[in-house]
Amino acid sequence: MNKVMMSGDEAVARGALEAGCLVAAAYPGTPSTEILENMAQYKEINSRWASNEKVAMEIAGGASIGGVRALAAMKHVGLNVAADPLLTMAYIGALGGLVVVSADDPGCHSSQNEQDNRLYAPLGKLLMLEPSDSQECLDFTRLAFELSERFDIVALMRLTTRVCHSKGLVALSERVEVPPKPYVRNCAKNAMLPAPARLRHIEVEKQLAAIEEYANHCAINRIEWGQSKNVGVVASGVSYLHAREVFGDSVSYLKLGLTNPLPHRLIGTFCRSVDHIYVIEENEPYLETAVKALGFDCRGKDLLPVCGELDAGIVRRAFLPDPGPVLYKSDLVVPPRPPVLCAGCPHRGFFHQLGKKKKEVVACGDIGCYALGIQAPLEAVDTGVCMGGGFSVAIGMEAALKAAGDARKVFGMVGDSTFFHSGMTGLADAVHAQSNICLCVLDNSITAMTGHQENPGTQLDLMGNPASPLDIISIIKGLGVPENRITIIDPLNLEQTSAAIDQAIGAEGLSIIVAKRPCVLIKEVRRSLEGKKCRVDAEACKKCKQCLKVGCPAVSFRDNHSHIDQDACVGCEYCLQVCKFDAIARA
Amino acid sequence: MTTKSILLVGVGGQGAILTSKILAAGLISEGFDVKMSEIHGMSQRGGTVATQVKYGEKVFAPNIGLGEADFIVSFEKSEALRALPYLKSGGALVTDDHEIYSMPVASGVAEYPAGIIEELKRLAENVLVVPAGRIASGLGNVKVQNIVLLGALVKAMKLDQADWPALVARYVPPKVKDLNLKAFEAGRA
Repeated sequence: MNKVMMSGDEAVARGALEAGCLVAAAYPGTPSTEILENMAQYKEINSRWASNEKVAMEIAGGASIGGVRALAAMKHVGLNVAADPLLTMAYIGALGGLVVVSADDPGCHSSQNEQDNRLYAPLGKLLMLEPSDSQECLDFTRLAFELSERFDIVALMRLTTRVCHSKGLVALSERVEVPPKPYVRNCAKNAMLPAPARLRHIEVEKQLAAIEEYANHCAINRIEWGQSKNVGVVASGVSYLHAREVFGDSVSYLKLGLTNPLPHRLIGTFCRSVDHIYVIEENEPYLETAVKALGFDCRGKDLLPVCGELDAGIVRRAFLPDPGPVLYKSDLVVPPRPPVLCAGCPHRGFFHQLGKKKKEVVACGDIGCYALGIQAPLEAVDTGVCMGGGFSVAIGMEAALKAAGDARKVFGMVGDSTFFHSGMTGLADAVHAQSNICLCVLDNSITAMTGHQENPGTQLDLMGNPASPLDIISIIKGLGVPENRITIIDPLNLEQTSAAIDQAIGAEGLSIIVAKRPCVLIKEVRRSLEGKKCRVDAEACKKCKQCLKVGCPAVSFRDNHSHIDQDACVGCEYCLQVCKFDAIARA
Repeated sequence: MTTKSILLVGVGGQGAILTSKILAAGLISEGFDVKMSEIHGMSQRGGTVATQVKYGEKVFAPNIGLGEADFIVSFEKSEALRALPYLKSGGALVTDDHEIYSMPVASGVAEYPAGIIEELKRLAENVLVVPAGRIASGLGNVKVQNIVLLGALVKAMKLDQADWPALVARYVPPKVKDLNLKAFEAGRA
């Protein structure tokens, strides 16, 4: 079969297809999102978005206990959410092969931290595979299912942004059908009460020992002798490719694909055979610690940074005396270009109005497009921790401000998908504790930041089938918020938004604002706005620059008056409401 | 041959990713091993976008480090200047002279630097300025700016084995195929 260009994420999806996977679940999160998006094209696999990573892990776990091959995918911080079921699934093992994909993000390209999830593998008793490129993503996914079943263990596929989002040529094969294994009640293995858990732990340790034996001689853990044994490089994942790029065939390599349990005998053999050992890895010294624990001296994190992503240049400058090429450098300062809320984004109106109340409000934000409300000129959000944190952090913040005698009103914000992910639980606590805060759902009817995935509020599911959409307002009422405490607004209606925020600041007890308007990038929304534009009447412009404070990428100040870029404007008319001098009108 | 590296930079929404897809497909059809790397996610929201294409007999690392790019293609001139430290000594830079204000500039917090093109030409030996945005607008839609630049790059790199028009036609929406083909030829002219 011809080779095709695939990203690492696409190749994982293809690998799952070829491996006979039957169930897949995920919560979207960059850089893992495209795994399930691509899986959805394979009708052989029952693929679905789960409302969070824990649910995804449990769906996959349940399918595995039930006897079929299953996969759960998530970004690195999602694995924290899924860690509870994952670490106990590790004791249960895998009747049907069970693969969990963690997409890490060294460099924080689109994440709140750069945790190295390789450390989860020894903690969680997981078999771990680390592909370097797209072909390995496909091959290792197939292997992960096989090994998971063979050793009755959960397999962790650990990818990083560069592996997920790089494309390379991949050779494909046909799907191998794996018939479901009959499910037979077996509580000693599948119901982890303390007594069976103690026994299962012993079994898991035995399996890990058996896997280490396998890891010492399997094809994906291999020594590649180069022209010299003076230097030996130990590396896995994309770091191996950086090392290859820098050293070529001049050194020898220990290329590790199966990295938990680590092949200690193989590492020893390699390290004894070379004069100098370089361990090249991103973030934590995971391999380096193992090499040192075996009693070998090596270079690694003394030369390479723990923080940030690697590239060949960084490796070259760390290990080679050659300072590398002279770089072209200019003294001109290029202003930063941070991501911004799109022209026409419904969040803009809400944040613009909330930002005006900075002195009266502390606003706890969350993960999603609305995290962009933190930045200038909106500067409407104070904190950003994790999914669902917008609501729960607000509960703690209110307690802290109260203790300090600080009268500022605490606002908490989540999006619609985040509300389903883990916002509902925080709301339950706020209701139960009678918190004196305002919780806001910024409902744009889609999981927007990751590229428009379905969620429990949407009409369709991942496979394009009709689904039962959940109604956020009904849920809020169901959780015990009285109707007169819930205000529904169109966030691009300035008057409505401003009034709702003022009312919430003055209110005693819990109040809710649901800002409801679909994302401007949804096709139907785009179509409904077609041809609509706003423009500035240069004569009428008083140069007060209030319209610049809405932070719209279409609005700028040029030739001594405000200006609206007609290519970028979508005619949402928010800036038109902001202008007190009627200098902005429909074009 | 040694591996060659092309860095494409621009602003979210300018079509850098589509351009690199077509470029990669063309290089594959010329018989090379190709790797392409892109960073998306937050960068979709009007931030700086960088995609990287590497090709040769066998490509290892997907991403390009400082001083390693044989070619830089920039869709916006201040992004060209930002990316300049990635250019290999003696490498070639193809840039649009188009300017897009970032939020700090648009909101008046920062100033858009003056004299960027002169600065680029002063520092680097091989700078080609292509008014791709203007050419695209002239053809009827600024959005085909990326394909104009693709044409200019293919010409600058002397990549004439691949059937580029066929590839462009395959990757762009059918509705705008003819416009994109015109854009490609305008860039290659």
